[in-house]
Amino acid sequence: MKVIDPHIHMVSRSTDDYMALALGGIHTVAEPAFWPGFDRSGVASFHDYFQQLTVTEPARAARFKIRHYSWIGLNSKEAENLALAEEVLAILPEYLERPSVLGIGEVGLNKNSRNEIAVFERQVELAASRGELLLLHTPHLEDKLKGTRIMIDILRNEPRITPERVLIDHAEEHTIPEIKKYGSWFGLTLYPDSKGSPARAVDALEIFGPDRICINSSADWSVSDPLATLKCANEMRRRRYPEQLISRVFYQNPKEFLSQCPKFSAA
Amino acid sequence: MDLPKSTLTTPELLDLYFLENRARLLEIASFLDRLERSAGAGEGGDFRQRAFMEALEILSRPGGDRTRAIQMSFSDPTSEPIASAVGLKACGAWQGGEP
Repeated sequence: MKVIDPHIHMVSRSTDDYMALALGGIHTVAEPAFWPGFDRSGVASFHDYFQQLTVTEPARAARFKIRHYSWIGLNSKEAENLALAEEVLAILPEYLERPSVLGIGEVGLNKNSRNEIAVFERQVELAASRGELLLLHTPHLEDKLKGTRIMIDILRNEPRITPERVLIDHAEEHTIPEIKKYGSWFGLTLYPDSKGSPARAVDALEIFGPDRICINSSADWSVSDPLATLKCANEMRRRRYPEQLISRVFYQNPKEFLSQCPKFSAA
Repeated sequence: MDLPKSTLTTPELLDLYFLENRARLLEIASFLDRLERSAGAGEGGDFRQRAFMEALEILSRPGGDRTRAIQMSFSDPTSEPIASAVGLKACGAWQGGEP
């Protein structure tokens, strides 16, 4: 079975994890730029990080015959520092040109603050002006519903952004209906302690259907599992779903969304 | 493509999921007992404990919409941006106007 993990943070994972992905049939991954667990002190750190995403990781993945793509953007956790944000926004176009970069992401909101919204709007404008795909991070826990609504309002006010070129990630049961109404793709993230479990993700498939859904591990430096997509696929088998449908959810769907960027080619 | 609302019968679902959810139920019961043994238990805890107890009430309601309803009960229902996110992080329940 072939699987694409459309959201995984391999810079935070060991080389052994690349081997495990390859052995499990995950030969294509997409890695969004994100918060490293601490606030960076200057724009030079972002240069280094974007270099790591676009040069180091594709090479590390290639050793295991895994195709590594990335998304470039300024995450919402570091958007509160507007002076630094301006410097980072200025360097994004340089990295968006790189051959394995699929678009702008993961950008969005964290605590739904005014500065977060201002920086998000700038990146939506950048995506609109360049015709880039957008991968959006929705806030955690109690802030998710409000942040999702604010972000959808901003997207609706930008006519150059079409919903089919947007993936709103970390969706959960209370935000999926509003995302589907907007018409974009939505991501379900499988985390052991927060977001969703494989069982809840399959419940969401049963309730909302498999259209425009992408399921990901979002594995990073915290409690997470790079093989979570495989475990969720197996959860579908436990419920007797056919392999054709499982392949649609874990391979065809992410392939369809990501292939809107001409640089993307699935293994 | 429409999926069936469930591919498995009720007994089959119970075979698959009863034991793990029985264990989760006991974890919650033990957590509530632990809270009651803690210092200051008589004061009712903070907004998180109150949100948790409200969610437990939702659990016993029929209707097939418990997961979304619990998610909504923990969520910030407002629409105004906050002034600053400095020093703030999500804790799992909306504090609202509570101290």
